[in-house]
Amino acid sequence: MAALLDVKNLGISFGGLRAVDSFDLSIQKEQLYGLIGPNGAGKTTVFNLLTGVYKPDTGKVILDGTDITGKKIIEINRDGIARTFQNIRLFKELTVLENVKVGLHNHHSYSTIEGILRLPRYRKVEREMDEKGMELLKVFGLENEAQVKASNLPYGKQRKLEIARALATDPRLLLLDEPAAGMNPNETGELMDTIRFVRDEFHMTILLIEHDMKLVSGICEELTVLNFGQILAQGSTSQVLNDPKVITAYLGE
Amino acid sequence: MLKNMKKTTKSNLITYGMVIAAFIIVQILTATGNISSLLEGLMVPLCIYSILAVSLNLVVGFLGELSLGHAGFMCVGAFTSAFFSKCVQDTITVAPLRFFLALLVGAAAAAVFGIIIGIPVLRLKGDYLAIVTLAFGEIIKNLVNVVWIGRDSNGFHFSMKDVMSLNMETDGQVIVNGPQGITGTPQDATFLAGILLVLVTLFIVTNLVHSRDGRAIMAIRDNRIAAESVGINVTKYKLMAFTISAALAGLAGVLYAHNLSTLTATTNNFGYNQSIMILVFVVLGGIGNIRGSVIAAVVLTLLPELLRGLSDYRMLIYAIVLIVMMLFNWAPKSIEWREKHLAFLKKKKNSPSAASAGADGRKEAR
Repeated sequence: MAALLDVKNLGISFGGLRAVDSFDLSIQKEQLYGLIGPNGAGKTTVFNLLTGVYKPDTGKVILDGTDITGKKIIEINRDGIARTFQNIRLFKELTVLENVKVGLHNHHSYSTIEGILRLPRYRKVEREMDEKGMELLKVFGLENEAQVKASNLPYGKQRKLEIARALATDPRLLLLDEPAAGMNPNETGELMDTIRFVRDEFHMTILLIEHDMKLVSGICEELTVLNFGQILAQGSTSQVLNDPKVITAYLGE
Repeated sequence: MLKNMKKTTKSNLITYGMVIAAFIIVQILTATGNISSLLEGLMVPLCIYSILAVSLNLVVGFLGELSLGHAGFMCVGAFTSAFFSKCVQDTITVAPLRFFLALLVGAAAAAVFGIIIGIPVLRLKGDYLAIVTLAFGEIIKNLVNVVWIGRDSNGFHFSMKDVMSLNMETDGQVIVNGPQGITGTPQDATFLAGILLVLVTLFIVTNLVHSRDGRAIMAIRDNRIAAESVGINVTKYKLMAFTISAALAGLAGVLYAHNLSTLTATTNNFGYNQSIMILVFVVLGGIGNIRGSVIAAVVLTLLPELLRGLSDYRMLIYAIVLIVMMLFNWAPKSIEWREKHLAFLKKKKNSPSAASAGADGRKEAR
């Protein structure tokens, strides 16, 4: 089976610093893939390269057979990659439901005039968006907070809302940047269930960055370890986590 | 969901109702002769400032960008529409129709300028955007002062030097006369027209904000990077908000031009003072609060006039009111006080389900 995401020889420099170098990655459909490594190893830079925030100096990114190297952020989103952020980036002043509806923006549309004049199409599409949005919120147990301002949500729920918003764009590949950061063990456990559920229910392929080894070993099927912008180890989770190089560089004895 | 819809609709209806009630009260006062001619003359300007404040709120409150060139767009709307009305004064004699067409011309011209200026300017952010829009406003005002346009049997003549270089036949008529501006514009702007335009502006802005496009605009304000990551075309929506705001300022300009017999571009009416005044309405009315913009515009325009009797203390009282309004709106202590003592007002506005959902959310947060 052809890989959903195929990355070859990806690299970028900031001034004299080679932030990411000769990075290769291949993710199969519906796989849960982990990207780990010490702080400053270049994990988030890889995400930024995949989503078009940075243009790579070298290499290619192929998503399901199409070359998306160097495309703009919104084009890559339309091609099917959605992401969350390490430092949560919600639309703070909008309600929880509205946050998800912004994610649905490109899939449910009516013209500006129809919106201003409240023509029948506006009502119909808005109703569809409300229904779709509530469905997504239910998956993350946020349906009771639909009308709450996003900034008033507790931390763990903000993280979940960000995932819901990313899913609303109907992606084929979901990138999660430290989804469990700042969560207590209970919340992390719950999040692991949610991630697995998203994968099974939406047939989603997920690539995640995480420092929480319980989460990584618990749900990731394959791992890539980055260190100083280069791949230290790559392979199945158990194999990688027992690799002596990984233990010395990242995990510790 | 449905209840939430009702909540916003209700809030909109209150705003519309307020404007209509104000109109009826003024009509009654006029009919019974209880209103001074000074106050009567202020009615159309009140509409103009309300429109300007609401339209600027779209950029400042909902798009989250600071624009200081709003008076410039008003100037474009005023001059193009006055020019249009002067040209068709003899061919279209039905005043309402002529005024309606003038409104379209003024709004369209201001929108075009909004796009032209918006494309380069919206690449900037924050203070830089404010400075450049301020400059554009001044440029528009100054450009209008060096334009001469006349018409004779041969058609239109245009110059940017002086009247003589128009080279018109003896039957020629100067329409735009440089710094002397446009004189003899038909005075088609009535209080009724002004109120209708305020309602139209409120309708457009509130409905836009509560639509798909409005959500995109507010998403850009709250987090540009995240908006882009979910596929929102940031440039498109920034330009859309800026252009609609400019077009509505153009409408205000048309009202302004058709309310006076002589239209000139001076620092007082289209300069940066005016732009900042409009921004003051928006900030004091509450950023992102449409109804507040209207109230602030009305109060702050009426106040200096009503205080005329106090002559020397006029500006002093005006300044104090500004400071008090600012403190009431933004000071943390006052927000706390309002939440404590005016909570009953809020509860009435929120639907029960939304309020209980909010309470649940907070409980879990603890």
